[in-house]
Amino acid sequence: MNQRVVIDPITRIEGHLRIEVEVDEHNVIQKAWASSTLWRGIEVILKGRTPMDVGLLVQRICGVCTFSHYRCGTEAVENALGVKIPLNAQYLRSLMMTALHYHDHIVHFYHLHALDWVDVVAALSADPAKAAQVAMKYSDKPLAAGEGDLRAVQERVQGFVNKGKLGPFANAYWGNKTYRFSPEQNLIALSHYLKALEVQRVAAEMMAIFGGKQPHPQSVVVGGMTSVRDLVNPARLQEWQTKHDIVADFVERAYKADIIMAADAFGAEASVLGGVNVHNFVCSDEFIGADGQHIFKQGVILNGDLKNVTDINPDLIAEDVTHSWYKADKPQHPYVGTTIPEYTGFVERDTVYGKLPTVDGDNKYSWVKSPRYNGEPMEVGPLASLLVNYAKGNPLVVDAVDDFLKRTGLPLTALYTTLGRTAARMLQTAIVAKESNKIFAALITNLKSDESLYRKPEIDPDKEYVGHAIIEAPRGMLSHWVRIKGGVVENYQAVVPTTWNAGPMDANGKIGPYEASLVGLQLEDPTKPLEVLRIIHSFDPCMACSVHMIDYKGQSLGEFRVGPTAC
Amino acid sequence: METHSALYQQGQQRLAALRQLPARQDQSLLERMQQYGISRRDFMKWSASVTALLALPLPFSNLVAEAAELADRVPLVWLHMAECTGCSESLTRADTPDLDTLIFDHISLEYHETLMAAAGWQADENLEHALEHYKGNYLLAIEGAVPTANNGAFLTVGCKGHTGLQSVREAAEGAAAIISVGTCASFGGVQAAAPNPTGAKGVHEVIDKTVINLGGCPPSEKNIVGTLMYFVMFGRLPALDMYNRPKWAYGARVHDNCERRGHFDSGEFVEQFSDDNAKNGYCLYKMGCKGPYTYNNCPTERFNSHVSWPVLAGHGCIGCSEPNFWDDMADFEKPLGRQLLHGLDATADTVGAVILGAAAIGIGAHAVASLFVGSKEE
Repeated sequence: MNQRVVIDPITRIEGHLRIEVEVDEHNVIQKAWASSTLWRGIEVILKGRTPMDVGLLVQRICGVCTFSHYRCGTEAVENALGVKIPLNAQYLRSLMMTALHYHDHIVHFYHLHALDWVDVVAALSADPAKAAQVAMKYSDKPLAAGEGDLRAVQERVQGFVNKGKLGPFANAYWGNKTYRFSPEQNLIALSHYLKALEVQRVAAEMMAIFGGKQPHPQSVVVGGMTSVRDLVNPARLQEWQTKHDIVADFVERAYKADIIMAADAFGAEASVLGGVNVHNFVCSDEFIGADGQHIFKQGVILNGDLKNVTDINPDLIAEDVTHSWYKADKPQHPYVGTTIPEYTGFVERDTVYGKLPTVDGDNKYSWVKSPRYNGEPMEVGPLASLLVNYAKGNPLVVDAVDDFLKRTGLPLTALYTTLGRTAARMLQTAIVAKESNKIFAALITNLKSDESLYRKPEIDPDKEYVGHAIIEAPRGMLSHWVRIKGGVVENYQAVVPTTWNAGPMDANGKIGPYEASLVGLQLEDPTKPLEVLRIIHSFDPCMACSVHMIDYKGQSLGEFRVGPTAC
Repeated sequence: METHSALYQQGQQRLAALRQLPARQDQSLLERMQQYGISRRDFMKWSASVTALLALPLPFSNLVAEAAELADRVPLVWLHMAECTGCSESLTRADTPDLDTLIFDHISLEYHETLMAAAGWQADENLEHALEHYKGNYLLAIEGAVPTANNGAFLTVGCKGHTGLQSVREAAEGAAAIISVGTCASFGGVQAAAPNPTGAKGVHEVIDKTVINLGGCPPSEKNIVGTLMYFVMFGRLPALDMYNRPKWAYGARVHDNCERRGHFDSGEFVEQFSDDNAKNGYCLYKMGCKGPYTYNNCPTERFNSHVSWPVLAGHGCIGCSEPNFWDDMADFEKPLGRQLLHGLDATADTVGAVILGAAAIGIGAHAVASLFVGSKEE
């Protein structure tokens, strides 16, 4: 007799996500449904506004990848207007992307994902002296993992537990058998969880140096950047460099070490060995490097075939809403898509927790649409970027991946796993850390002869403009598309990473990366589905990004407008 | 109006009441701080800065310090509605290194979807437990607007499929105080901008209790933490302005304390982003700065451990702590001129049309002065 498990809210993510699974008598997942339970609407709000405000508005799609949408929206308008920004502005945007990647990936691993790997309660029985020895195994110079550090952390957390009042740690799945760290390893990771709270603030400060604040920096404008006083201020530049080094040090001595430790300890854990069942990947170009070339390259992989990486063809993207809470009778290219809400609600049924409202998997069940590339679901994110660049022979990525595999003793196929997805994020961060020093040096060199940071854009109200930008947000490929008429935004669309990964089943019965990653997984205890969290968190879900969607009604490709009910 | 001594007395009474509650931790805050290398002196310095932040006289810093030690007895429930999580992100940037983690330890964080370990059914249990067990005593923070169209069905949270609207109303019922964190929870925010497709509203529009509105997209970490501390100290809401924003944070215009104010007064303006005037730190009014219409402490407190704020980064203020700013203050790179905003002139608050009108006239005069300067240079 199959049983339904409902997990809502999925916590430690951005936004509102419900996952439901059906397990058989052996607790093996037979079916999975990913449902976003919030619908916003931002692009419709953009209609009729000045293109100069686009970046500020679309930034509010997400307060986590707070710079990605800001930059992508601004660059879509720059692309439409044919604006070439000064080199300094390109470098500054790259440096700010560095700060964002640092921030997002560190916070994701330690504060959103780590508690799926780290049993906080088990860390209390660790021997701090022994743990300090264990830490030496994963890093030559472990950070915040000396005996004294570890003892202090242990005593601090023990205080919580003694009082039986765990605050944010209360009522989790502690003691679940799929936690695989030893008490000592748990303690090391717990120490880094606390240390990372401090380091993430430094990463946010890096963004604020050139951005004014973080989240929601405010210095990017169509035509370049505004933070010229910070750019020409040597104290400010040095402040960036110093904070950069603090974070880079943490990445090397804690983040990298912890992932290698996880690879070591979780090698036999099914929810870590599996988790990649859609073997199609897509990513875009990202990070203008010191030489003006992109550090990470774009590409498409189908069926896991690393030998045939193709370029992205934007015409092959279509969105299906068969199982989304919208009306439409066939998959639509984003340019001609419609978004007419059709909410059908939940269906009451028996679950492992008794009677509950559940998603109607046979019909509509999510606010997220299902993007498809040539009819196929695709995974996006750091793993996609890593695989594409590895397949293309990008030396930065090849070196980083080979080194990681050597240090962990894992085969290349280990990348197609939950661990691979989590490791890819760390490897990307480590590569960015090295390259951003070069970008910083290139900026300094350029400043000796050129302080320009902005070129004033021109808009002719009698002309029509169309443009787009495709970048790589920390969660994967992000694209914004804009059409300008009469000097104002006529229509706008964003296709975001979490939509690619979290979309529901399409008309052909093909399921997306989230759902596919869960099928076949055995749960230790269906009432405490830790394994589901571990896999879903490895995607770094960001639901606000994916549920802002608004498309356009149109008669033919190239002619689009926002319909009155479209939102 | 209350005198400071009455307020001080009230603070002492509040702390005395808190002291009666059972202690949660054996170890004192001081002991724990020492463990993390924070001295009593550092702690008192921090208390003094919070006191200054709250616009209270220095003797109050003793209360702040003591309140910090007792703060763990105030449970905090934090709900997410239609939002981008930027406000939670801001909270986690709380500055004064290391101490913020102690503040986290200290307030009993009962429910916060982005930070809590529990998920699904167990997360729901935590929420239900907190609402029941601490009825009448918990602080409720809400992040994000409440979608009201379609009976609130544009947002559901939890295994039982409750709408955001239901959750807010249930949680508000037993809350000792309610704080709308950020412009979305306060005034609807970006999703409530025209044409507001989901019927998004601020929290105070869907419940009948007093709500503190922390405008800002996002509010600075100091405005969030400072407001929590005020409640802990005095057991009541701080003095509020006409939009229910704490006066200690939102009592002055951005323009009033702006670092570029001297250039405004001298008629020196940036004419194009990143021009030579920008390098000299001239006023951004002509680039659309909404500082003259915006009430917030950004110039004095800044963001991210005082690292910066938008005007320092060369971009005008966009007015993000004001109601309807997405509609009323767009196009953000152009000056508003003399346009009146959201009925400022129609209130009895000291902040009104007189000041705004004076500002507009002043700005006009400066614009003329700036033209004059320009022609002289030619």
